[in-house]
Amino acid sequence: MRILVCVKRVPAPGAKIVLTPDAQDIDASLLGFAISPHEECAVEEAVRIVEREGGSVTVLTLGPPEAEEQLRAAVAVGATSVVLLPSDIPDWDPVSTSAALVSAIARLEEEQGEPFGLVMFGNESADSGGFQVGIRAARSLGRPMVTGIKGIDTEGDSIAARRETPSGWELYRLPLPAVVGVKEGINLPRYPTLKGRMAARRAPVQTMEPVAGSSGQSKVMLMTPPDAGSAVEILGEGPEAVPAIVDIMESLGLV
Amino acid sequence: MSDFPSSAHVVVIGAGIVGNSVVKHLAAHGWRDIVQLDKGPLPNPGGSTGHASNFIYPVDHNKEMAHLTLDSQVQYEEMGVSVTSGGLEVARTEARMHELNRRMTSAKSWGIDSRLVTREEIEELVPFLDVNVVLGGWFSPTVSVVDSLRAGTLMREYALDLGALSVHPVTEVLDIETDRGRISAVVTNKGRIACEYVVIACGVWSPRLARMAGASIPLTPAVHQMIDVGPLEILSATNSEIGYPIVRDMDTFCYERQTGGSMEVGSYAHRPIFHHPDTIPSIEEARLSPTELPLTMDDFDPQLEQAVELMPFLGDAEIKYGINGLLSLTPDAMPLVGETPEVKNLWSCAAIWIKEGPGTGRALAEWMTQGYPEIDPHASDIARFYPYMKTERHILDRCSEHFNKTYGIVHPREQWDSRRNSRVSTLHATTSALGAVYFEAGGWERPHWYESNAPLLEEYGDRIPERPHEWDRRWWSPIQNAEHLALRDRVGMIDLTAFAIFDITGSGALQFVQYMTVNQVDRPVGSGIYTPLLTEEGGFRSDLTILRMGEDHFRVITGGFDGARDAYWFRKWLPESDCVTFADITSSISTIGVWGPSARRLVERVTDDDVSHEGFPYGTWKHATIDSIPVTMFRISYVGDLGWEIYTSMEHAPMLWETLWEAGQDLGVVPVGAGVYGTTGRLEKGYRLMGAELESEYNPVEAGLARRLVKKADFVGKEAYLKAREEDPAAVCCTLSLESYVSTSGVARFPMGGNEPILTQEGDRIVDRKGRVSRVTSAGASPSLDTYLFLGYLPPEFAQEGRSLQIMYQNESFPVKVARVGSKPLFDPDDSRMKS
Repeated sequence: MRILVCVKRVPAPGAKIVLTPDAQDIDASLLGFAISPHEECAVEEAVRIVEREGGSVTVLTLGPPEAEEQLRAAVAVGATSVVLLPSDIPDWDPVSTSAALVSAIARLEEEQGEPFGLVMFGNESADSGGFQVGIRAARSLGRPMVTGIKGIDTEGDSIAARRETPSGWELYRLPLPAVVGVKEGINLPRYPTLKGRMAARRAPVQTMEPVAGSSGQSKVMLMTPPDAGSAVEILGEGPEAVPAIVDIMESLGLV
Repeated sequence: MSDFPSSAHVVVIGAGIVGNSVVKHLAAHGWRDIVQLDKGPLPNPGGSTGHASNFIYPVDHNKEMAHLTLDSQVQYEEMGVSVTSGGLEVARTEARMHELNRRMTSAKSWGIDSRLVTREEIEELVPFLDVNVVLGGWFSPTVSVVDSLRAGTLMREYALDLGALSVHPVTEVLDIETDRGRISAVVTNKGRIACEYVVIACGVWSPRLARMAGASIPLTPAVHQMIDVGPLEILSATNSEIGYPIVRDMDTFCYERQTGGSMEVGSYAHRPIFHHPDTIPSIEEARLSPTELPLTMDDFDPQLEQAVELMPFLGDAEIKYGINGLLSLTPDAMPLVGETPEVKNLWSCAAIWIKEGPGTGRALAEWMTQGYPEIDPHASDIARFYPYMKTERHILDRCSEHFNKTYGIVHPREQWDSRRNSRVSTLHATTSALGAVYFEAGGWERPHWYESNAPLLEEYGDRIPERPHEWDRRWWSPIQNAEHLALRDRVGMIDLTAFAIFDITGSGALQFVQYMTVNQVDRPVGSGIYTPLLTEEGGFRSDLTILRMGEDHFRVITGGFDGARDAYWFRKWLPESDCVTFADITSSISTIGVWGPSARRLVERVTDDDVSHEGFPYGTWKHATIDSIPVTMFRISYVGDLGWEIYTSMEHAPMLWETLWEAGQDLGVVPVGAGVYGTTGRLEKGYRLMGAELESEYNPVEAGLARRLVKKADFVGKEAYLKAREEDPAAVCCTLSLESYVSTSGVARFPMGGNEPILTQEGDRIVDRKGRVSRVTSAGASPSLDTYLFLGYLPPEFAQEGRSLQIMYQNESFPVKVARVGSKPLFDPDDSRMKS
């Protein structure tokens, strides 16, 4: 199957994000960058499908020129080809992002003479978390889409996609070509091998000029959300702490 | 926090391997009321210790570093946190094979087991290494891997068990207060701690802390990249943290070190990447830890192919973890230990890696307790820097230059490329025009030889043996030998502006200078006095010359290499009252040496002052006028010929040079470089050099520099000195001569003088009763005696003139003979040339 995965370059999760003094951007001087985690799983899932049944995995991103790093990271874990829509404009909103991606997908499909059987997105990006780009793109492409997917089985001209809910699994069958939004947990992404990384260094990166759409949205400023924090109560030290611990265990029904 | 201390005797900032080692050894030396702080949590506060590779290669060409490392290795073993893995260095080039011979030599010096290994042996040691890409290797079986975090915990617990320590993690230091140049308190986010001493042991953050007190710890945080690759079945099958030797792929500047089922690949090959101590992320801002920054993969990529080339099985393994790990680099790649020259009782213990951490902690504790450590610390002494060397620009440029030499082949005489011309004499234009080739001396550009003297090779070439090996010729010129011979035949002029010069004045000057020096300085005005300065334990702290300029005025003249350390040492002992003034006047005085049999004839032509032997005796100084220039002349010699050191104001130096030069033309005057002054001339006279023969580990009796009488006045180290005079010396400084340039296996070489071991004829190391090994402390040609000389200490049973011994150089043995025991010169033994 021919699969296309759309990914986004985001700050590697785990670090506290610091804003620039003008609150227009994040201070990236000490940050590492990565493929947004849901999308990293999408790349992994695509590579597994292709390893199983053949085909190709194309990875597409819209982002700064440095996003080439993330595309090479995708090659290192098995992507067949990569496409960069380079842009120095920092605030692509969901409308213009999906428009640029759809335009690029159309151009790629035209170049290659056939549509991608499956277009995959992450459920939402780790930085802006808009939950919109995939759905907007699917609609523009006129293809069926489900989000929150944690399992994909291919079945000839269709795929079965599973979504986890509190009461069990929802199962969707989508005719191809289709679009899915993948969620972390669908798999455990592999690390790149040294050989994979070596191949990635030499891999060609196709670039295409992104088609800029406009939606009327613009960024005013960034704010750091208040730290939710977590409270720690020290119950005591040594044997004196035991009664308090027992109380808590009792309240939890453990003893 | 009611239990937060409001006072302490000493506050140690930092709980990495260094801070932990410092608190342990301070406690062991009897210190109490120690407070240890760290901004991070325990046991891993987030500094460089937390991500260190933790392996120890004990062999180092540098004696101080080798000894600190060996001590550390023993300490780790005693704590039970050490595993001996063995270590293998592989060579891909002939140049590296040559360097491995040098490793063999240094290993022999320090008594560390090691051997050269063939490809077949390498295959046996590390079966997954593709031996087709290497020429050979060097195996050191005692290379070990340690748990530095566990060691830190154990060392803290040691001090806690003695009741000597309270530990406060997650405590940020906000300020370090001083009072009249002395430590008074540490201010933290939890409160203020009044204290007498502070030790900064915060690795990459140290400069920031030092600045709070108005001091400087000149290091930069720098990136060392490493990745963790796995899983690898061959490694998992060992069922151990480390089952195979650590491999250093020296020519690619990388290492491969097993960590359980994975392989850590580390690199010193990437571009130098520096951070500023103020912009290292906080614990919250860091994804992993403040010193584990995101790996910049592009920088590591070239090393992947080399790693896979060496160990093909790595190709299919996954890169599970990778960091731009921060470590500390200094301008000269040595640690920063000792009291800061800027603030009394503020001690630095920084820029120290895992391999030398516990040893350095011990050395610092000894230093703080006894006045000086057991291992001579001059190369690590934080007082060694001149002010310009502590600027950010200098630090970064020098670190950029040496970072990629971490696994490089560094020639013992190799000169720096960057930040040259930071200190130039006013004679620089003159000496440049004469084709001077400059070497650095305490930062000064000092002529080492003069290309304009190349024609002398026609005159003296047949007395200068050829050096067939490029390594022996590197950073050297046969012109040096020719200059030497011309000086001995005629007269030479030497630019000595690199001297550090201090004026000590005031009503207490005599008493102060007496207290600092071994030899009698209460001599008539007009005298010049050579004297050692000792540590309190009686070892050499310095040796220098003092001119008595007036009843209350002494002028100290010392070498450029040690000027900053000597200035610190004098200032440290200055009395609190203002009866003594210390002034560093280095920058105002230029010195030209004029020596050789025609020196008097030359000087006579340009001065009306009496320069006859009777009118200007050896060892005295006089104010004089040369042409129109006021000068001070001191009749002394470090090269063994008649002549003077002539001092003048910096601005007059070019005209003084010109005047002397013109006057010497028909006498055949030649400009002479430091190659003669510091090596060939010096060695023929057996003169000892601070930092080479003279170290705190040796005393004046052993060095052959004890005078017949001891002055009445008290002085630093006197008690120990008197004791040493009573004892038979454990070793004495000797001059050895090379019996053949051809080694026992037929290779012609010129041993360079970098701690090469002096061996018995059977090839055994020679160790004195104090445990000190006999090694080459200086080496160089002796053009006048047509031989090649070495200085080194020998125990009395070997210190017999005529005794045949061997010197190991590049893993080859060369026959030598003990030519002289003690300080009597080989050349002109009764000093008639310079004293007539």
